Amino acid sequence: MTRLLIVFAQEMRLATRNLWVLGATGLLALFALALGFLGASQGAQYDVDVLSLTAASLSTLSVYLIPLIALLMSYDALAGEVERGTLALTLATPIRRSELFLGKFLSQTVAVGVAIGFGFGIAGLAVGLVYGAGADGILAWLRLMGASVALGAVFVGLGLMLSAFAGRISTAAVFAIGLWLVLVVLYDLALLGGVIAAGDSVFTRQVFPWLVLANPADAFRIFNLAALDAAPVSGIDGLARTLPFPPAITLAVMLGWGLGALGLGIWRINRIVP
Amino acid sequence: MTDQPILQIRDLSVDFATFRALSGVSLDVAPAERIALLGHNGAGKSTLFRAVLGFLKPASGEVTVCGARPGSHRARVALNYLPESIAFPRALTGQEVLRYFVGLRRAPRSEVMSLLERVGLAEAAGRAVGTYSKGMRQRLGLAQALVGAPRLLLLDEPTSGLDPISRRDFYDIIAAAAGRGCSVLLSSHGLEEVETRVDRVAILSRGMLQADGTLEALARNAALPVRIRATAQAGQVEALHSRFGGTRVNGASIELLCQADEKLDLMGRLMNCGPLIRDIDVQVPSLNSLYRHYSDLAEQEAQP
Ligand SMILES: Nc1ncnc2c1ncn2[C@@H]1O[C@H](COP(=O)(O)OP(=O)(O)OP(=O)(O)O)[C@@H](O)[C@H]1O
Ligand SMILES: [Mg+2]
Repeated sequence: MTRLLIVFAQEMRLATRNLWVLGATGLLALFALALGFLGASQGAQYDVDVLSLTAASLSTLSVYLIPLIALLMSYDALAGEVERGTLALTLATPIRRSELFLGKFLSQTVAVGVAIGFGFGIAGLAVGLVYGAGADGILAWLRLMGASVALGAVFVGLGLMLSAFAGRISTAAVFAIGLWLVLVVLYDLALLGGVIAAGDSVFTRQVFPWLVLANPADAFRIFNLAALDAAPVSGIDGLARTLPFPPAITLAVMLGWGLGALGLGIWRINRIVP
Repeated sequence: MTDQPILQIRDLSVDFATFRALSGVSLDVAPAERIALLGHNGAGKSTLFRAVLGFLKPASGEVTVCGARPGSHRARVALNYLPESIAFPRALTGQEVLRYFVGLRRAPRSEVMSLLERVGLAEAAGRAVGTYSKGMRQRLGLAQALVGAPRLLLLDEPTSGLDPISRRDFYDIIAAAAGRGCSVLLSSHGLEEVETRVDRVAILSRGMLQADGTLEALARNAALPVRIRATAQAGQVEALHSRFGGTRVNGASIELLCQADEKLDLMGRLMNCGPLIRDIDVQVPSLNSLYRHYSDLAEQEAQP
């Protein structure tokens, strides 16, 4: 257990030393503030407080941003150590390979979590102070922050898993960008195309909702939007709102992806030849 | 237990796909023994280390570290490793890097500073590794390899990039470790460098062990000829050549080859024809030629 903590501490030190956490915090705060203050004028139209409204638009943006940050943070973690030769050193010590993997996973999740906590926290506070905030708005904001950390954790796990499979930094980068494109961008486009082509059919009513649910990024959206009945949404989110299952299932989906990534990653790191 | 080898390699072969990088290598390392592993680029030195670490699985043969399987917990506790190329995280300080390995090996925290002092990095302990010179990074790697109380040190080209003084310091540190009972297996490209610094030399060539023994024993087995060059007085070189044979060199000298035990006799005969001779130069086989001799063996075997 303590070796895991030593890896954790070293990785935290690196993440803060490399200004990763600071940069991600600034980026998230910037986007959240922009959405809050630029979108505030629409609040009157929809009869919801600005914080809820911003939470809705921010959750749509977070689907793109948080997986990207998490993948950028993690893709290099194992492939880079293989290339630089430090993995051979670490694995020559009596550490278990699963401890190394989990130590890196925990520290990078905490780093992403800290960035989300500060970035969204600061922005939420500013929006709340300027426009006022009701209990609903605050709750929506906290839900968004919690779900964002969960989404970040899932993609840190996926990034580490890909890094373990890649073996080289350049390959890992390609894997990470590919995964982001597929899960965050192309998947939704393909589903939307399918729904439009299929019209009101068995696919749209029976298969589509499960396909949406199966993607961790979409699961994150559904979880957030389900609680925001009044806020305006469009595209796949509008369809997602009519899904025939309780929103809590989305958390189980994210948990499943996270555990799957960790399991596969640990399986793989045990087979790495440093 | 006392005289059981720390490292035992029996008939080890390692394959990369269809390429056999090591074939039938056997080598024992006794407690407190220092062995230099020599060989040309691509001979299989690093491959041997990685097999001992348990990273590469043998195609056949067996390796045991302190009686344990390579890569097992017991084996990893017993041995420390310095790879041939490492790049520590540039943003961390030397102290932070070392603290990490002290933690992973569960050594006392006080070792961090004492090891940095031992390798001459105490001054730079608080500086980022990114600002270190190549030699300083190599020293940090060595400090890392000394963490804990290893029974066996595996050092892959530990002196590459070190200046002559750092090199001497390095071998002093290794000698001190051996004095505490730690065995050392290090790889190098130069026989001169390790001459007086190790107990035994093993020479790998094309994945096969060509020699294993003390330098004296290797020289005896190789039986390389002594080269004697006799320079004639002006105009006497023909006479000298007709008397002793050998090969003519640059118009004024002849070169003779003889075995070590014939050397005195031959020199005596040369001295006796005093008026013919102006100078005598004796070249005993250099370490370089000894090394080449064992490396060439493999080549001759490969092309019969
Ligand atoms: N991962 C690999 N895949 C395929 N072949 C490899 C691999 N690693 C090493 N080899 C081959 O195995 C042989 C031995 O390589 P090794 O790195 O052990 O040599 P070395 O003696 O350490 O050389 P050097 O002095 O240059 O470090 C070489 O021919 C090399 O090309
Ligand atoms: Mg090598």
